[in-house]
Amino acid sequence: MTTTTVETRARADGGDAWRRRGAILLFVGPFFALFLAVIVAPLAYAVYLSLFAEKSSGLGFGGAETVFVGLGNYLDTLKDRAFTDGFLVILGYCVLYIPLMIGGALTLALLLDSGLARFGRFFQAALFMPHIVPGVIAGLIWLYLYLPGISPIVDLLGEADFLDGRNVLGAVVNIALWEWIGYNMIIYFAALQAIPAEVVEAARMDGAGTARIAWSVKIPMIRGAVVTTVLFTIIGSLQLFTEPTVLDNVSDGIVSTWTPNMYAYNQAFGNNDIGQAGAASILLALLAAVLSYAVTKWGNRR
Amino acid sequence: MRWMSRTAVNTLLVLSALYTLLPLSWLLFAATKSLPDLYATPGFAFGEFNLLANVESVLREGDGVFLRWYLNSVLYAGVGAAVSSLITVACGYAFDKYHWLGKEKMFGAVLLGVLVPTTATAVPLYLLASRTGLVNTFWSVFVPVLVHPFGVYLARVLSAGYVPGEVLEAARSDGAGELRTFASVAMPMLLPAYVTIFLFQFTAIWNNFFLPLVMLNDQNLYPLSLGLFAWEKQGNAFPEFHGLVITGSLLSVVPLLVAFLFLQRFWKAGMTAGSVK
Repeated sequence: MTTTTVETRARADGGDAWRRRGAILLFVGPFFALFLAVIVAPLAYAVYLSLFAEKSSGLGFGGAETVFVGLGNYLDTLKDRAFTDGFLVILGYCVLYIPLMIGGALTLALLLDSGLARFGRFFQAALFMPHIVPGVIAGLIWLYLYLPGISPIVDLLGEADFLDGRNVLGAVVNIALWEWIGYNMIIYFAALQAIPAEVVEAARMDGAGTARIAWSVKIPMIRGAVVTTVLFTIIGSLQLFTEPTVLDNVSDGIVSTWTPNMYAYNQAFGNNDIGQAGAASILLALLAAVLSYAVTKWGNRR
Repeated sequence: MRWMSRTAVNTLLVLSALYTLLPLSWLLFAATKSLPDLYATPGFAFGEFNLLANVESVLREGDGVFLRWYLNSVLYAGVGAAVSSLITVACGYAFDKYHWLGKEKMFGAVLLGVLVPTTATAVPLYLLASRTGLVNTFWSVFVPVLVHPFGVYLARVLSAGYVPGEVLEAARSDGAGELRTFASVAMPMLLPAYVTIFLFQFTAIWNNFFLPLVMLNDQNLYPLSLGLFAWEKQGNAFPEFHGLVITGSLLSVVPLLVAFLFLQRFWKAGMTAGSVK
């Protein structure tokens, strides 16, 4: 009697272990199968393609020949002015965008947290609303708000040309600001709400005014959230593609290789240079991954 | 002094809200106008009320292709997010509640996946898809967005917080199998996590532009964003497309805004969880 129970239990445990293994496979299998198929495999294939180039045979006819070029495509890409200029555009974009975005979102969050704001919930929703609008649609709405003839802003200002070479960077920055300021504001606001009331009260007892408390108490206490959003904003900026691509339809100021992602797209579709398209994508993925890694490391240390 | 700063604070907030809301309300005004009025009347004034006629032209253009795009977006984003969140939550749950050889190494791979931006894989995905003949198919846009490494990380953390191990043990000693335990005991507790990840994924897929742009040639497979973009491209030559894009944009944004107002709570939960990352 006792032996059989032990035996069945042992057998049941063996069965359980197998069933457990089966369950684990069922739970993690789909994710990892897809992970291999849509992240690992394409990147590996792009690395492979990036090592080859099409060379036309000496006589000009008889078709092109695919030859192994090692890191040649990477060197060509890094030496290509169109590619490096894309990073200059991103740099200029960051210099303009990040102070406006962070300063704006932080100010709004502090205003909402100051205890002086009325209709706080309404303002939170109103400021966040553009973030719900898909990037392409946001680009299209602003395209019309920039387009002479239709735009009420151009009507108002008279001769303004938002889409020429000098202004178009600001025009793109404005679209991104419109989409993201409410999002970052909510993140800061949540962080501000987590500050213990005693800390703010103590500062008030010491005679600090609202502005002084915001500057010397609240901002230092949410420094972590601010730095994290700055770094994520930089990583996002690196991938800039949708908004300038939408404006490209109407703006002379935007060339087809304006940002690094547009460059990769253009190499694949405009120039049919698969090797360089692969190389540009891999370079961009690496750069973004290294930056994200630095951010995460920094976040964990905190 | 205090009422002065109160006025200043609220004035600034009102100005900022005007900045975020005016473009959206301009879209509403513009969608009600005929094409001549769009050019002739001020941006924030009504012309002849033409909204229904505009909606009709949007729906009729290209044999009703707009509705097709709408349906595609719902399929890509709705079904895609539902499937992807299930895969993601199951995977995160397994990482939290089970042990196996090499588990943490596999989790390391997931975290590496978080570092790779989706835009950087779009062109490589296209290169692979054109090699395997999958380019310009429904699946070429549907499948890649099912993978959400950050969601797995989030699901693991949330599973540790929401699902106590003792409850699972109790279910097992009652004779429930592993799948049964997951489906009827753990999943209800993980529902908030599922909804949060679903919303994350739904917006990410609905907003996705780069991937459909590189993958699709066939207009009938376009999601809304790509379709409206294609219409806008024709606007330079045929101004009537400007009208179609404006009304089409309004039609595609309104359901999102309504959904947002109802689901605000989950939105915030997801965002603050995301910022912990």
